[in-house]
Amino acid sequence: MSRLGTRGLVLNEKLLFELSDSGRKGYSLPASDVPPAQLDAELVRDTVEGFPELSEVDVVRHFTRLSTWNYGVDSGFYPLGSCTMKYNPKVNEVACRRPGMANLHPYTPDRLAQGALALMYELQEGLKEISGFPALTLQPAAGAHGELTGMLMVRAWHESRGGGRTRVLIPDTAHGTNPATAALCGFEVVPLASGPDGVLNVEDVRAKMDDSVAGLMVTNPNTLGLFESQIREICNVVHEKGGLVYCDGANLNALMGIARPGDLGMDVMHFNMHKTFSTPHGGGGPGAGAVGVCQALEPFLPAPLVVKTGDGFRLDHDRPQSIGRLRAFNGNFGVMVRAWAYLRSLGGEGLKRSSELAVLNANYIRARLEEVFHLPYKQRSLHEVVFSDKNLGGDCHTLDLAKRLIDYGYHPPTIYFPLVVHGAIMIEPTESESKQVIDEFCDAMLAIAKEAEENPELLHEAPRCTKIGRLDETRAARQPCLCWQA
Amino acid sequence: MEFPEELKYTAEHEWVLSEADIATVGISDFAQDALGDVVFVELPEVGTQVEAGKPFGVVESVKAVSDVYAPLSGEVVEVNAELPDAPEMVNTSPYEDAWMIKIRVSDQAELESLMDAAAYQEFCESEH
Repeated sequence: MSRLGTRGLVLNEKLLFELSDSGRKGYSLPASDVPPAQLDAELVRDTVEGFPELSEVDVVRHFTRLSTWNYGVDSGFYPLGSCTMKYNPKVNEVACRRPGMANLHPYTPDRLAQGALALMYELQEGLKEISGFPALTLQPAAGAHGELTGMLMVRAWHESRGGGRTRVLIPDTAHGTNPATAALCGFEVVPLASGPDGVLNVEDVRAKMDDSVAGLMVTNPNTLGLFESQIREICNVVHEKGGLVYCDGANLNALMGIARPGDLGMDVMHFNMHKTFSTPHGGGGPGAGAVGVCQALEPFLPAPLVVKTGDGFRLDHDRPQSIGRLRAFNGNFGVMVRAWAYLRSLGGEGLKRSSELAVLNANYIRARLEEVFHLPYKQRSLHEVVFSDKNLGGDCHTLDLAKRLIDYGYHPPTIYFPLVVHGAIMIEPTESESKQVIDEFCDAMLAIAKEAEENPELLHEAPRCTKIGRLDETRAARQPCLCWQA
Repeated sequence: MEFPEELKYTAEHEWVLSEADIATVGISDFAQDALGDVVFVELPEVGTQVEAGKPFGVVESVKAVSDVYAPLSGEVVEVNAELPDAPEMVNTSPYEDAWMIKIRVSDQAELESLMDAAAYQEFCESEH
């Protein structure tokens, strides 16, 4: 069995404040040959307490050494469920850094930005084709922002018909941002319990659906990695009672080329373009959260939209029913370029293949681990699989397993989420990984389960191979130390 | 795991101590064990009207953020002011030091829908 994690040369690093030495600087300017203009004395601060003073080489080494502590998709397997930490092909990075893409000024007139507008239009059309929605905005800056955009449109649609709907149904297997979005849009959140098989039951939706409910927010496939098998009937029930169905499209990488949310009856959906269509993420962005809508919601889309004219493309600002602008200029254009490049390099068949591989990889992990790890929901999952720590021996829990995986050289999976599984271990391998990588990971998981039986201290004391061992997460949360002090 | 006999319980893992028309509410030993180390507690203000089944507060542990639901409807007449500053009491003393709110119960009949200790213990065992 191969084990990536091992002791090696891990560079120590002080804080910038500790590296500082008086008088060092990282620039060299000629002596001023004009008389200094004095600021008003009251505007001048006496001294800057403890401001670090460093040379260029100090700073370069500091950040380079810190970067060696990173663990990312480019360093190894990163099976963080729900986050889709897949490999982002470097060609897409090249595409978005081309000067014509990277340096285009957002105030460039439409007629001089035809290439960028054509790219946005093609991306828009491609996403519409993948999702089955007839209209779409590229503007939102990330997934949760897309949710906000979508739910503001749901609210605007109800208001245009007289309003009065104040509640939104959200299943317990939805993404955590869904209730936050509904609340931010002024709705009361009504939780819906999923059934014993981990999916929503149409009768439960029917029982809660009345004329005070604006709609249902559903993640499909849900956070258990399960396809909502009754979704079409559920959409019908919501529609019959005058509501709309919001789909959290964060897990679209399980469906591309196989099922289209628009065809299933969903009315509005955001895409996590940075997850499904290639952009490094996890460090705070930028992302992009395009939102597709049904025909009835089209008038409410944020302005402007890219439209095709007789001989080119232009930004259409004349949208009287629009919910307004959700993002400065036209969204995170660099992410759109990467998404476009990803779509065009894979093509329809390639996207379908990528969904098939994402699902195959998750099911392969499920099959290899389900005899040892407890699988609370037995049916075949799509792109991710959720185990629990129920069968883990030696008084070891999910957290101990996660920490021990670090010693084996893996980023731990998502843990303690979704909440419907006690001690959840949520694994999403993504389509990027080879059988060899997945087998090595499964070997590590099985080896750790064995260690839990035979030598549980290895888990309780993990991680041991890292620069810093097990952190006291409780104390860090209860008594956080957020400021540097000499 | 403790399931004190004198308390009533909800399926959302709150406990209730009912004395005349005042009900003291907290979360159960089972709940604190499942949550792990609690790092933050948010409680309502005195005078807030709570409704049975609706959230009245928030408990955050190192694992997750969870709503705490009102077992009974009524008015909050007292809150445990020490708890937000010492959230670890939820772990160390869920049934005593970490009581959360006292409610002046508006409908005593709602008590009937709560579980007794034996039923709740059975419920917790079936949850696992």
